[in-house]
Amino acid sequence: MWLINSSIGRKFVMSITGIALVLFLLFHGTMNFVAILSPESYNAICHFLGANWYALVGTVGLALLVVLHFTFAFILTWQNYKARGRDRYDVASSRGEVSFASKNMFVLGVIIIGFMLLHLYNFWFKMQFVEIAHKMGGDIGDLSLATDGAYYISVLFANPVYCVIYLIWLGAIWYHLTHGVWSALHTLGLNNKIWFGRIKCIGNIVATLVVLLFVAVVLHFGGQAIMNGTTDYVW
Amino acid sequence: MEKSINIKVKVWRQAGPKVKGMFETYELNNISTDASFLEMIDILNEKLVQEHKEPIAFDHDCREGICGMCSLYINGHPHGPDQAITTCQLHMRKFHDGETITIEPWRSRAFPVIKDLIVDRNAYDKIMQAGGYVNVNTGGIPDANAIPIPKPVADEAMDAASCIGCGACAAACKNGSAMLFVAAKVSQLALLPQGKIEKAARAKAMVAKMDELGFGNCTNTGACEAECPKSVSITHIARLNREYIGAKFKD
Repeated sequence: MWLINSSIGRKFVMSITGIALVLFLLFHGTMNFVAILSPESYNAICHFLGANWYALVGTVGLALLVVLHFTFAFILTWQNYKARGRDRYDVASSRGEVSFASKNMFVLGVIIIGFMLLHLYNFWFKMQFVEIAHKMGGDIGDLSLATDGAYYISVLFANPVYCVIYLIWLGAIWYHLTHGVWSALHTLGLNNKIWFGRIKCIGNIVATLVVLLFVAVVLHFGGQAIMNGTTDYVW
Repeated sequence: MEKSINIKVKVWRQAGPKVKGMFETYELNNISTDASFLEMIDILNEKLVQEHKEPIAFDHDCREGICGMCSLYINGHPHGPDQAITTCQLHMRKFHDGETITIEPWRSRAFPVIKDLIVDRNAYDKIMQAGGYVNVNTGGIPDANAIPIPKPVADEAMDAASCIGCGACAAACKNGSAMLFVAAKVSQLALLPQGKIEKAARAKAMVAKMDELGFGNCTNTGACEAECPKSVSITHIARLNREYIGAKFKD
C-alpha cells in the first residue's frame, strides 16, 4: 500500500488529514464566533450538534483524523530522526529561510494534542459526552446544561488562568498552521514558482483567520468577566 | 587586498567506516584570505605530512564548482557559510582572525563515512540507476526548433539540471531526505519531450529506491534549497509529488 510504504504516500496522508482538520477548525471557529454575536444562537448550534447520529458520525470521523494525523506524524518523525544517522552534527545552524514552525512541527503537534485533551475535558466531556451517557442509561454530569455551550464558555473564560492557557494553545496552533497549510498543498503537488509566494501567503491568512476566530471568543468572554468583575477561578 | 589570518580548525577524524570518530583541533597561522577553503586544507595536510601525521581525507575534484565532488559541513552549513556555492568556491576571506572553524562530514544514514570527511554517496548513484535516464537513444543534438519547447519549460528543465548531485540537500535536511535531488532529476526529464514518456515509471522507481536506501521523509522545511550550491528550487519537489501521486492514482 503506497500510502503507508512510500515516503510521499505517508506525506500524502498527513496532507489530507491536515487539510481536513484545518477545514474543521474553520467550521469550529466560525461556530464559536456566533457565541459572541448571540449566545442563544450558539446554544441552538450546540443543540443541533448534540448526540445526534450525524454529529456522532462527525465526532468519530474527527477522532479518526486526529489519530491518523498523529500516528503518521509519530512514525515520520521517528523515521526522519533515524535517517539523520547515528552521529549527529556538532555544529548545526539554519538559514533564515527555514521557519521555526517547519523545524518544530512535531513538538507543536504534541503541545496542541496535550491542550486538546484538556479542551475535550472542558467542553466535550460536559456536553456531547453527557448526552451520550444519558442516552445509554448512564447518569453523569448535568443534562440540563449539556447543550448550554454559552454557559460553559462564560464559566471557563471567567478564569483568567484558562484564558492564558487557551491563548498559548492557540499560539501553538498558529505556528503549526503557518507551516502546515502551505506545506500540505505543496505535498499534494499544488505548487510552482509562480504560486510559491501566493500559497505561503494563503497559508498565513488561513492560519491567522482560524486562530483569530478562537482568540476573539477567549478575549470577549475573558474581557467581559474582568469588566464585570466576575472573574472566578473555577476549574 | 591580501591579508593573513590565524585560525583553529576543528576536524572530524575517523580512520574507517566502522571505527569511532572524534574531533581534533589544529592551529594554522598565516593563512591568506585569498586562499580557497580547500587550499587551506591542503596547507594543513602538508603540515600534517611534515609532522609525520596522517593527512585529512576529503573529497574534491574540479575545484570550480561543477563536479559535485567536494562536500564538507562547515560551521553548521553544507558547503560553508556562504550561499549558492560549493566548498571549493569558498574562500578564507569569509572567516575572521582567531576563529575556530568546525569541519564535519555529511551526516546521514544513507551517506556512511568512509574516512575522515569522505562519505559514501553511492546512494545517489543508485537512485539515478533506478530511473534517472531516458531508455532509448535520443540521438545527437537535434536541429534548433525541430522539437519546439516553450522557453519557460526549457528554463525550468535547465534549472533542475543544474543539480550536481553533491548531497548537500540530504546533509542539510533535518529529516535526512533526498527529495530535492530526486525532484531535480525527475523534473529535468519530465519537463522535456524525450523524458516525458517514462515520467510516471521514473518517478515511482526513483522514489522507491530513495525510500529503500534509508533517506527520510520530506517535511518542506526548505533547508535543502537554502543550502543547495545551485539554489535548486523546492518547487521541483511539488512537481515530483504531483508526478508520483498522479502515477499512483492511475495504477
